Amino acid sequence: MSRTRLPNKYANAKFLLRTPFALAGFAVAILVNRVFPQIANVEIIDYEFPGGAVLNMNQAYQLVLLALILLYLIAGVYAWFDPDRRVRYLNRVPFRFAMGLALAAWDITGTKLLMLPQPFFPGPAKIIESFLMEGDYILQNTLYSLRLFAVGFLVGVVVGVGTGILIGWFARVYYWVFPVLKLTGVIPAVAWMPFALTLFPTPFSAASFLIVICAWFPVAFATARGITSTPKSHFEVARTLGAKTSYLVFHVAIPHAMPNIFTGISTANGFAFTTLVMAEMMGQPGGLGYYINASKVWSAYYKVFASILVMAILFSLIMWAIGAIQGRVLRWQRGLIHE
Amino acid sequence: MSNSNQVLLGIENVYRTYVDDDDNKVEALFDVSLEVEKGEFVTIIGSSGCGKTTLLRLIAGLDKPLSGELTIDGKLITGTDPGRGYVFQQGGLFPWLSVEKNIATGLKARGVYKQEKDLVQEYIDLIGLQGFEKAFPHQISGGMAQRVAIARALINRPAALLLDEPMGALDSFTRADLQDKLLELWAHDKTTMILVTHDIDEAIYLSDRIVIMTPRPGRISEILTVPFPRPRHRGGVEFLTMRGTILEKLHLATALPQPEYKI
Ligand SMILES: Nc1ncnc2c1ncn2[C@@H]1O[C@H](COP(=O)(O)OP(=O)(O)O)[C@@H](O)[C@H]1O
Ligand SMILES: [Mg+2]
Repeated sequence: MSRTRLPNKYANAKFLLRTPFALAGFAVAILVNRVFPQIANVEIIDYEFPGGAVLNMNQAYQLVLLALILLYLIAGVYAWFDPDRRVRYLNRVPFRFAMGLALAAWDITGTKLLMLPQPFFPGPAKIIESFLMEGDYILQNTLYSLRLFAVGFLVGVVVGVGTGILIGWFARVYYWVFPVLKLTGVIPAVAWMPFALTLFPTPFSAASFLIVICAWFPVAFATARGITSTPKSHFEVARTLGAKTSYLVFHVAIPHAMPNIFTGISTANGFAFTTLVMAEMMGQPGGLGYYINASKVWSAYYKVFASILVMAILFSLIMWAIGAIQGRVLRWQRGLIHE
Repeated sequence: MSNSNQVLLGIENVYRTYVDDDDNKVEALFDVSLEVEKGEFVTIIGSSGCGKTTLLRLIAGLDKPLSGELTIDGKLITGTDPGRGYVFQQGGLFPWLSVEKNIATGLKARGVYKQEKDLVQEYIDLIGLQGFEKAFPHQISGGMAQRVAIARALINRPAALLLDEPMGALDSFTRADLQDKLLELWAHDKTTMILVTHDIDEAIYLSDRIVIMTPRPGRISEILTVPFPRPRHRGGVEFLTMRGTILEKLHLATALPQPEYKI
């Protein structure tokens, strides 16, 4: 055995030894749910689905855990072939293991023994039960939120980039518009809610408006800063190469501002999530925020948690998508060429 | 090149004054006159602050003289023109564009990319950067970056290429390499070259004529013709003699006051 090959072999063995722990926690959670006796008096309802399938909350919870196991198994196989992914995967093993154990503990205290104060802290299976009870309705509300977010955020970013370019390029626009933007930019968008609700024909358009303005300000700010900070030498280089004004704007100033624009977009993204949920809780006919409010009225806190769970997943996916676009657009900043 | 004897660039009694932060007048250029022929390789040499960059920027059309005239082919220079390429001191590549896209900038800016895009590969080959087409500026060395900047300016087929200390930041091996590359490109395109440098060897190695400038006020003190043919041997007797002459002139030029211009 040569010394140089040892680390690699060791890495393979290490990976094979440790990967199962990423899955083992969730396996324990499934086992606990199956074998731990149901001591407290909790009603387990069977839900029938078209096609004849019957599921209760425990079975649904087990299916979710199984899905997580499969997901991390596939991720593990995928990571096997890529050293960077391997390192990241190994890093997350302890956390995933602990997550499984935490779920098992929560299951015992929340459902099996009913030790947590009810109805505020339901067990994990109870939260999953929301999807069995009214999955369609949750989906409908999720799509409402998604549509509201997409419309408001996209328009906000486009208008923000446009305004930012005008402010950054034209000194006069900067002089007259920038102070206004600075002053109004600090106001939380939901403060405009009463105004928006009276001015706009539908609640949807009113909420879209709020998301537009909350995304608009940070994007416009950052874009303007990116444009004004373009080094004069970049413009001079372009001019000696035959560039006209439009080229200077679109091929010099805007590319230079791109990193700033994405900083603005991330900030706007956070604001937009907050505004979205608040707007939905204050007078929308649908959406995840609306669902939280509607469930709270009936003290159905497990549904509140279900809504929060969907938000966590949805917003993470949106952030991941924006991150992916950013990585692609700003790939020139990375240390490596990715073909 | 002197056999063609056709004047490309005319500089006549040009003055340029700056006002610095303390409201003092800085005479960056004082009564500067020079003619450059088509296809000539001219080097401007002088200590820092003697107005070399100022002069080059006026030729490029990036700046205007206080008085006097600059003409190209007999026409007054009023602004930048792709017919006068400019290579900046720090190259100034666009960091967000790959090597090939940086080089293609001029074609795109002039709206002729579709017709002339084959030139991009031609110039990449000429500067010997095959395989680096997709690399971004921060991934290549300083010497490579300067080659890209030169190719980017040359792709417009300018009548004149203005280079502001393009090799100032390079180590001596890379520098020698780039000097040969520059001569090669000069032979390839027959572009008139106007190079600013503070390296005497570089000036002698490359130029047909050497313009010596002196500071405060910035003016041309002397114009020398390099009398021996290329390729020039950096250790040759003629080379070393010429170097001595220039050193002496530069030293004298900066050490002695210039009473005729003191008012
Ligand atoms: N934009 C400017 N504002 C004020 N002074 C300037 C400016 N540009 C150049 N100068 C001054 O003009 C003189 C010549 O500068 P420059 O042409 O850059 O010299 P060189 O390139 O030979 O080093 C210097 O004294 C410099 O400080
Ligand atoms: Mg200079």
